[in-house]
Amino acid sequence: MDNPVFAQIQAKIDASPVVLFMKGNPMFPQCGFSARVVQILKHSGVNFASVNVLEDPEIRDGIKAFSDWPTIPQLYVKGEFVGGCDIVTEMFQSGELQTLLAEKGVSQDAAA
Amino acid sequence: MAMPASEIEALIKAALPDAQITIEDLAGDNDHFAATIISEAFRGMSRVRQHQLVYAALKGNMGGALHALALQTSAPE
Repeated sequence: MDNPVFAQIQAKIDASPVVLFMKGNPMFPQCGFSARVVQILKHSGVNFASVNVLEDPEIRDGIKAFSDWPTIPQLYVKGEFVGGCDIVTEMFQSGELQTLLAEKGVSQDAAA
Repeated sequence: MAMPASEIEALIKAALPDAQITIEDLAGDNDHFAATIISEAFRGMSRVRQHQLVYAALKGNMGGALHALALQTSAPE
């Protein structure tokens, strides 16, 4: 972990069970893909922390090297990188996301 | 900020010679694509790993020249 931003990113990932690195924030997503993942998480009744990468260019680039994933949004559950918008959408539609959340002990009954 | 479908296909084919690739230009702007890729290389891999393989094949264009590429990846049935 030579990249100083990695430590900053790891701290944010460890701070909450579910962390979404996105463009904008859940109230005002600035990108359709980010907005879709926010909707999926809300619909799944999951509380999540969000990191607005638009507010910090270092994190915006650092996260892509950190996870070896070139795009935003990026979803992390219990420190594990789950995927971007496509994968989260696919997992939600197939029920895999709900299974993963249950396996990781993440409650799914937050008010939508 | 755009990339023709043919170039995307060529890059992926170079990395995954056995891949069956179908690419759809979602917005007609060479910038938003959906691609379905079937390759033996994906067998046993998590979705994230499969997509990372494709992004690696695109040699850094993903997220740069290529804004959006919806991926459907799988190993042959």
